[in-house]
Amino acid sequence: MELLCPAGSLPALKAAVDQGADAVYIGFKDQTNARHFSGLNFSERDLRDGVDYLRRHKRKLHVAINTFAHQGKERIWQGAVDQAVALGADALIIADPAVLAYAARQYPAAELHLSVQASATNVAAIRFFQQNYGVKRVVLPRVLSIQQVRQIARETDAELEVFAFGSLCIMAEGRCYLSSYLTGESPNTVGACSPARYVRWEEKEEQLESRLNGVLIDRFGPGEQAGYPTLCKGRFAVDGKQYHTLEEPTSLNTLSLIPSLARLGIKSVKIEGRQRSPAYTTQVTRVWRQALDSYLANPDGYTVKAAWHEQLATLSEGSQTTLGAYHRKWQ
Amino acid sequence: MHIHLGPMLFFWPKAELESFYRQALSQPCQRIYLGETVCPKRREFKSGDWLALGRELQRAGKEVVYSTLALIQSPAELQAIKKLCDNGELTIEANDLGAVQLAHEHGLPFVAGPALNVYNLDTLSLLLNKGMTTWVPPVELSRDWLLSIHRAAEADGIRGRFKLEVFGYGYLPLAYSARCFTARAENRLKDDCELVCINDPCGRQALTREGQAAFNLNGIQTQSGYCYNLINEVPTMSDWVDAVRISAHSRECLQWIGRFEQQQRRQERYPLNSRYCNGYWNQLPGMEWLPSPANMAQ
Repeated sequence: MELLCPAGSLPALKAAVDQGADAVYIGFKDQTNARHFSGLNFSERDLRDGVDYLRRHKRKLHVAINTFAHQGKERIWQGAVDQAVALGADALIIADPAVLAYAARQYPAAELHLSVQASATNVAAIRFFQQNYGVKRVVLPRVLSIQQVRQIARETDAELEVFAFGSLCIMAEGRCYLSSYLTGESPNTVGACSPARYVRWEEKEEQLESRLNGVLIDRFGPGEQAGYPTLCKGRFAVDGKQYHTLEEPTSLNTLSLIPSLARLGIKSVKIEGRQRSPAYTTQVTRVWRQALDSYLANPDGYTVKAAWHEQLATLSEGSQTTLGAYHRKWQ
Repeated sequence: MHIHLGPMLFFWPKAELESFYRQALSQPCQRIYLGETVCPKRREFKSGDWLALGRELQRAGKEVVYSTLALIQSPAELQAIKKLCDNGELTIEANDLGAVQLAHEHGLPFVAGPALNVYNLDTLSLLLNKGMTTWVPPVELSRDWLLSIHRAAEADGIRGRFKLEVFGYGYLPLAYSARCFTARAENRLKDDCELVCINDPCGRQALTREGQAAFNLNGIQTQSGYCYNLINEVPTMSDWVDAVRISAHSRECLQWIGRFEQQQRRQERYPLNSRYCNGYWNQLPGMEWLPSPANMAQ
């Protein structure tokens, strides 16, 4: 299984390579990138240096062009495809059928991966993208249980990539407009969820409030760990009861599923977190490299080491991890 | 402009839903969408029941479309749509590209539902070539965005090949999850949900801790906390939108069909007393409300 790691900057890319990533995925500094955050992503020069570094170490580069092209501005998305191909990307991760069509037409030799944002959760949807654009690999949304992943793996000949670790998107990716409902900006349209420029922190009588475009997302008492106000991880009131209505601040961690994923023939495990620091990429890549190597060395004797969990927990939202939808009970 | 009654997004007991559709028969809507789009466990109506109801509505003069699931995750769910295509009696509304693929493989026309990510004419043209006859755009797209696609389709000479249907009234479907939030609100696992959502005929509100409506929970679907209402935008749609979709959350909502229909000829704003939202249409955050749309007399 390929270990595919996130790089939101050149130092993160180098860290991923140094720690043993087989491939690294990046995005451009514009709205074609679903991690379009200020201060993140690559300048032209960083891109060249990054590609050199990957080539020297014989690792692969995937470029994510994973938002949806705006009517009348298709050239921006097509330009991103041109740029990725010119860089020598080994794979293009694309969500929008219009952008896939362009890439397939202009660059028949390019390897196309279907972004998780395209929300392909079943074999008929996968067939749609294979037949129309020759998509080689599909990144499966984080809404599937391991049983459902198994059913898809059994029926498709597309390569499958799954999310292994990182922030947990609890909605079918690419089909969540919660962020634009509150802020006007969504992952599909501008490449950001709960954008930082709408976040406001306010201290009120011992309480810390987090708001997104004025809407109260959470309120923290003294001693409570205050997390970023991603709107699906806020506390709201339902029937007079206040709780994390949609999901707690927690991260996906599937170290324990490595044997199952390997048996299903999953081609690649993906680490989420292009918006995170190089230190994050360093630590997560190191732990996952160790875990995958340990599995390969002795598949039958594989166990998750407590130390791995401890190291990953410190990097997780709310210091908690979960198997998410892979485990039916989470649903 | 036509008025269409969208699929019932909530889980209602069979008798209630039957009586709802009987009542809909006397409303000035040209098309009625049947079928379950949210959760495959909701089976008060089996597919045979939907088809029988569809025939009845057709005999009474309505166009009928069978809407399908937005989140298709299992072979059984795909199989159910394949059976509908084998049957071929009713046009389907595809809310997942898997359903588009199945309709296309059967050579059947389909409606492209609001859960499909169509953000530009290139994608729309592709669906058109696969057999799309009506396009219901993603709810987050603004009037300006839709107008620019409409104009581009005209320039390409393909605008006449599909109907444009705008989601105009109701709680907006905003997200789909593997997790059931209604079951979660009751501390239940989805596999052990006992279909508790049948107790929430118009969903369950999630409020901020300041009491502001944030979301409306409907099983695995998260909806807008406010009801979307474009009634006062109707006059600006007349020459380019083919139909408006009314999405009901109560029997009383059926009255909005007549109200929207009449608003096409009214010169004044329709008076609204409760808090709605229309932000998306006006290129604002979806939850916002712009009380005086462009070009409207007060």
